Amino acid sequence: MKKLLSYLTMTALALFLMAPFVWMIFVSLQPSKAPIPSLGQLVPEKPAWSNYRLVLVEQPDLPVLRFFFNSAFVTCSVVIGQLLISSLAAYGFARMKFAGRDLIFYVFLGSLMFSGPVTQLPVYLLVKSLGWLDTYAALIVPGVSSAFSVFLLRQAFQSIPGELDEAARLDGAGDFRIYWKVVMPLSGAALATCSAFSFFAVWTDFFWPLLSTNSTTMRTLEVGLSVFKSSYGTTNWPLEMAATVLVMIPLLVAFLFSQRYFTKGIMIGSIK
Amino acid sequence: MKKGKLGYLFIAPATLHLLVFAIFPMAFSVFLSFYKWNLLTSERTFLGLANYAYAFGDPQFWNAMWNSTKYALLSVPLGMAAGLLVAILVNQKLKGVTIFRTLYYIPAISSGVAISILWIYVYLPETGLINSVLGLLHINNKTDFLKNESMAMYALVFMSIWVGLGPRMVLFLSGLIGIPPSLYEAAELDGAGKLRSFWNVTLPMLAPTTFFVMVTSTIGALQVFTPVYIMTQGGPNETTDMVGYHIYVEAWSKFLIGIASAKSFVLLAAIVAISIFQFRILKNQLEGYSTT
Repeated sequence: MKKLLSYLTMTALALFLMAPFVWMIFVSLQPSKAPIPSLGQLVPEKPAWSNYRLVLVEQPDLPVLRFFFNSAFVTCSVVIGQLLISSLAAYGFARMKFAGRDLIFYVFLGSLMFSGPVTQLPVYLLVKSLGWLDTYAALIVPGVSSAFSVFLLRQAFQSIPGELDEAARLDGAGDFRIYWKVVMPLSGAALATCSAFSFFAVWTDFFWPLLSTNSTTMRTLEVGLSVFKSSYGTTNWPLEMAATVLVMIPLLVAFLFSQRYFTKGIMIGSIK
Repeated sequence: MKKGKLGYLFIAPATLHLLVFAIFPMAFSVFLSFYKWNLLTSERTFLGLANYAYAFGDPQFWNAMWNSTKYALLSVPLGMAAGLLVAILVNQKLKGVTIFRTLYYIPAISSGVAISILWIYVYLPETGLINSVLGLLHINNKTDFLKNESMAMYALVFMSIWVGLGPRMVLFLSGLIGIPPSLYEAAELDGAGKLRSFWNVTLPMLAPTTFFVMVTSTIGALQVFTPVYIMTQGGPNETTDMVGYHIYVEAWSKFLIGIASAKSFVLLAAIVAISIFQFRILKNQLEGYSTT
């Protein structure tokens, strides 16, 4: 009885959370420029799959495939950069002793919590003075290291027993070799978690790409979608919903693949 | 000693990056906040604290601060309560429970812009999803949630709970899993019912998780930007003009760089003060029960 009640509650909640998505897909399949149907007529007689083709390839002023490429290229670059730079730092903080180590680590943590509201303007001015505005450098370089990844990987590295280092050291390995040959290979799950986190954070970032790019060819999917909304919003609902679905699909696919690491990482991050 | 130097080498790239893209910008932002600075012409005049004086006297800024406070006071406790309840629900040994956990997480990984656009539709009068359902139930279905002064804020809060449910659920779930079962058994032996052991075991043992969720949710809520930008632009009648969006408009529509910097420091000060306050109220519990 209690079991049944739990399942009923969980199903109701799932319906509540998924309903907007399902509804969105049905609206996106209405004929282009049709009004939003009532719930009774939600399932279209002839699904207008052509909406998706319209959005993807027949918008000369909105190159969706280009947006997609930009998002993918920027996200992959940032994720790889973060994995390398942040894991190096995490090894330093987790495994080595040097003066001021803990203090510097606390500066990393503090910036993670509190730098958000005040850094956007100066970073914009900095990127502008470097002549990077509207280039990939502007989208990638400010993100290639993250205090959050440093924090997450430090936790993971600390949980690897030090005896392994000692064994490698006896074989004549230096710290860099231990980092690359011992600690990194043993941290696959943590590195995957880190990648999953930064992947979603960068792919769905809206604010920074909105500020740092202005030509259509440099826009990411997120910004592209908001541009799409300002040019088609309230005039062509099915098309706008189709665009929204298209933006969601890669994220959903990525989530289903990385889901395991993703939820794990939140837990690592929360445990002090 | 040699080892001492090598450590710096490992952290050098990340630290350099932190200096260039976080520490230096923070310092530079202080500098900006003392100037009248035009983004387009790069002209600047030293004003001292005048930008802060302006910020403190600006009714629109206070309106935005108040709206953000209201948004945080509603969305954080409600979102946390929802997250905890759902975590308890899915913390049962039931077949297929992980599928539900995955489903509940999906709103949180979706793009903020896409979600915001979707919810504009959900909130439309008559044809929107919510009003369609209300119409089926023969309830008034003409409310234009996002254009109604008394509704728009609640509409944004409701959406934020929907989006944030998954991550909060996972966090509380990890906290729940960490509670030793022996504590519940001991409480049961003492004759405590379900409700009492929730109050006397679950909640105190969750204190570190609760603290973490509360601080990060509050920081997030006070800086919310995308939904406001996409869905309401601060309207109707500035009832959803929240401080993250307000500062954006000051900087990027009005190009008031100095004033925007000053205001962002006021926001930062508020965030730091609130985080310290939250630490204070949970301090005793954090010390008493933290097992990490």
